[in-house]
Amino acid sequence: MTEIRNFSIVAHIDHGKSTLADRLIQRAGLISERDFRDQILDDMDIERERGITIKSNTVSLPYKAPDGTAYELNLIDTPGHVDFTYEVSRALAACDGVLLLIDAAQGVEAQTMAHLYAALEHDLTIVPVINKIDLPAADIDMVRGQIEHDLGLDPDQAVLCSAKTGQGVDDIVAAIIERIPGPQRREDEPLSALVFDAHYDPFRGTVVSFRVVTGTLDRKQSIRFMYNGSVHEVEEIGRFRLKREPAKRLAAGDVGYLLAGIKTVSDVRIGDTITLDERPAEKPLPGFKEVKPVVFSSIYPISTDDYPSLVDALERYKLNDAALIYQKDSSVALGQGFRCGFLGLLHLEIVQERLEREFDQSIIMTMPSVRYRFVVKGGEQVVVDNPAHFPDPTRIEFSEEPYIRTNILIPERYMGAVMQLCLDRRGENSNFSYPVPGRIEINFDMPLAEVIFDFYDKLKSVTQGYGSFDYELIDYHRSDLVKLDILVNGEAVDALATMVHRDRARTRALAICERLKEEIPRQMFKIAIQGAIGSTIVARTNISPYRKDVTAKCYGGDITRKRKLLEKQKKGKRRMKMVGQVQIPQSAFVAVLKTNNDS
Amino acid sequence: MIPEGRNRDQADLAGLYVHVPFCKSKCPYCDFFSVVAPDKEPAYLDAVCREAELFVADAGPFDSLYVGGGTPSSIEPRSLARLLAVTGSFLGPGSEITIELNPADVDAELLDVLHEAGVTRLSLGVQSFDDGELKKLGRRHDAHSARRAIEEIRKANFASLGLDLIQALPESNRESLRRSLRQALSFETEHLSCYSLTIAVGTPFFRLRAKGELRLPTENEVADQFEETADVLGQAGYIHYEVSNFARSKGQRSRHNLKYWHRVPYLGLGPGAHSFDGHKRFWNTRDLDEYKRAIDSGRRPLENYEELTSEQVRLETISLGMRTAEGVALSIILDKPGADEDVKRLQAEGLAVENQGRLQPTCSGYLMADGIARLLC
Repeated sequence: MTEIRNFSIVAHIDHGKSTLADRLIQRAGLISERDFRDQILDDMDIERERGITIKSNTVSLPYKAPDGTAYELNLIDTPGHVDFTYEVSRALAACDGVLLLIDAAQGVEAQTMAHLYAALEHDLTIVPVINKIDLPAADIDMVRGQIEHDLGLDPDQAVLCSAKTGQGVDDIVAAIIERIPGPQRREDEPLSALVFDAHYDPFRGTVVSFRVVTGTLDRKQSIRFMYNGSVHEVEEIGRFRLKREPAKRLAAGDVGYLLAGIKTVSDVRIGDTITLDERPAEKPLPGFKEVKPVVFSSIYPISTDDYPSLVDALERYKLNDAALIYQKDSSVALGQGFRCGFLGLLHLEIVQERLEREFDQSIIMTMPSVRYRFVVKGGEQVVVDNPAHFPDPTRIEFSEEPYIRTNILIPERYMGAVMQLCLDRRGENSNFSYPVPGRIEINFDMPLAEVIFDFYDKLKSVTQGYGSFDYELIDYHRSDLVKLDILVNGEAVDALATMVHRDRARTRALAICERLKEEIPRQMFKIAIQGAIGSTIVARTNISPYRKDVTAKCYGGDITRKRKLLEKQKKGKRRMKMVGQVQIPQSAFVAVLKTNNDS
Repeated sequence: MIPEGRNRDQADLAGLYVHVPFCKSKCPYCDFFSVVAPDKEPAYLDAVCREAELFVADAGPFDSLYVGGGTPSSIEPRSLARLLAVTGSFLGPGSEITIELNPADVDAELLDVLHEAGVTRLSLGVQSFDDGELKKLGRRHDAHSARRAIEEIRKANFASLGLDLIQALPESNRESLRRSLRQALSFETEHLSCYSLTIAVGTPFFRLRAKGELRLPTENEVADQFEETADVLGQAGYIHYEVSNFARSKGQRSRHNLKYWHRVPYLGLGPGAHSFDGHKRFWNTRDLDEYKRAIDSGRRPLENYEELTSEQVRLETISLGMRTAEGVALSIILDKPGADEDVKRLQAEGLAVENQGRLQPTCSGYLMADGIARLLC
């Protein structure tokens, strides 16, 4: 019987996770040297550019040990961003151990710690791996010291390697086999399999990635998703090589995929339990959570003519992204569009970039918002995630905004800077702990709205990359919320309106006005840009008009050339949005989106 | 028949234009069509005279002739005499006959030929009275020869003399502009054209600017210079009748150029010349050989033509009309729904005024004529 190991590689960014994965794939002989494309697992452009994994890819590596035993080493890739914490937790739940990769020159960093905690939480076997030992700056003793003191692991257990040169890769394979426990093979029990990923194949429908925890699954059997109760007949099951390789049966301990004519990935919930319709498991596997969007923004086509194309693009995009939700929205300034919900700001950016790159859409996104609650006169509670639906202020009894509990882990020396950042973002109820010497864990209660924009970026910047950040939604807290309108020549641009805390309104309005001033080209007339709460102007700026817009000479009666120039300029104008007789370029909406809280 | 979208309702006679596509040297800012090829002049001359004989009679009657270039004064005076004789024969009595001159070419012989041919207006390409500026512009003449040319012309008693000046030159400022204007005013010419330097794609100046080697005034400074010119010339009694053109009196305006802005028909002769018959716009090929071949076989040497949609007629009417003091009839502007708001706005911002049923640009409005046209179309 083939032995199984289920594991994941976790590392701080740029510590060599993708390179090691490539090396293991090569080692298993799944691909010839000639066909090798670096970082095979990160196959989306955005992933390669940003060096992060968004959708996880799994691969089963066949391996024959020197003693003749056959192994199936299942490498489960995990996404690496706070927006996808839940997806990460499900991927880890499918593992029995992790390779904790540490750069021999950089040593232990923020995400190394965060990954360690996550692995400990799932009770996984941790194999520390010191990578890049070929670097001139490699300091193996220093890293060993950190492994002992910062991570609390046995430094003698650390495997040395250079994923780049291939040195030590055999030792890693040996450590996987020897140290990571094989799964329990409880094949006689009813089927329960953990869904940890799903992606869309245009020819076959949804491909569900799962780990069988108990029981067995055969082709043609009827399965049931325990959360939503839907039943499907399995068309194909198999293992992930670099391509899908069909199999007759997957049994307890196996990691694989199934195809069952499932139309969209939204029909599958990450973390759901698959069981057999005929002989269901008694209860689902633990840890399931329904993922709810926390950030909302509207998407509009730049040209209103492109609305049908956007409808189509979103439908197709949604096939592969269950976390995105959307519904129709409309704006006076931008026309027909969609209100969308995202897991976080990175998720929002990914959706935006993929719609633009892969689906060739030119879109405008409005200012992201969280979901606020208002109790209006008469006691009715209204939930609002779109400033267009902000209740009549005179009818608001009180308002509430969602709060999170942050979990920030930093080296001690950044304490002051991080405290200041949290207080600036309306953090309260702080407490501290020292999980390992030299490091502080900071917990704050903070409004979600304060972290969705750029908190993570700011944290990384004030901690020089050493800060790790995670959060959980806790509750709604009372908060004095206002609707901030942005007026262009006295006319409110609905797509630029935001909901903010009253204390933040003026700063924010000023920042937006200044950004718009940079982005809106000067025009024939003076443009007044104002920020207003109700009828009170809280910020204003002007864009002075240009003074010269005329060709000096129409020579020798060549009127055609001049007219064509005017026609061309007029066409360019049509690509901008007209608001209050002002042409606003798409870049202005984008710039406002990027306006952060502090500027 | 009066074509639609005309800016004036009187039935003007057509204009005749002759393009002389030769220069003795190319100026680094110029993107008009000209070549330095004296050997091709005889063939050109034969062809353009033949073109006139073949096609002019049908397009008349004419009351203006404009010989432009290139540099018309760069060809042999004898050749010019022949050109003027052939084309002038199609003009009615009292016609305006204009020719563009380079100051370096002006001498008694040339002026005699022009006087003899009945030329009424001379347009002299002075550009500047500053030797440093002239050198940078790559002109063949200096300030001294410009003054000498003006004096000679004045002695020769032409009905009208106009000077061409360029403002917004590299390294220019209000002060240097004022000096040039003062010099120009001292000759009390009937007409002045003051063009703001435009850096056209493909010219040596364009490349220099790209390399950062051309210190041009900012947009604000250009606008200041424009207003300064309008101010100084206005005080000296000139009428600012078009964006870049000033005349001592209404009668001294360029009758021919007004036809372009008023969308009155004109016929263009010579390579690259443009024509307008009130409905369609035509243009001749720029290729001298092809031009000659067409004429030799009795064809019009057209490169192409276009028929205007009503929307294009409106755009032309408004964009050209707003370049002139007369402006545009409000009835045409208000054709478009919502235009009344724009008209109010233009007036409120001081860019235009309503006068006798027409919307007319102010001095700042001249500077924004293209923008105004886009707004109203």
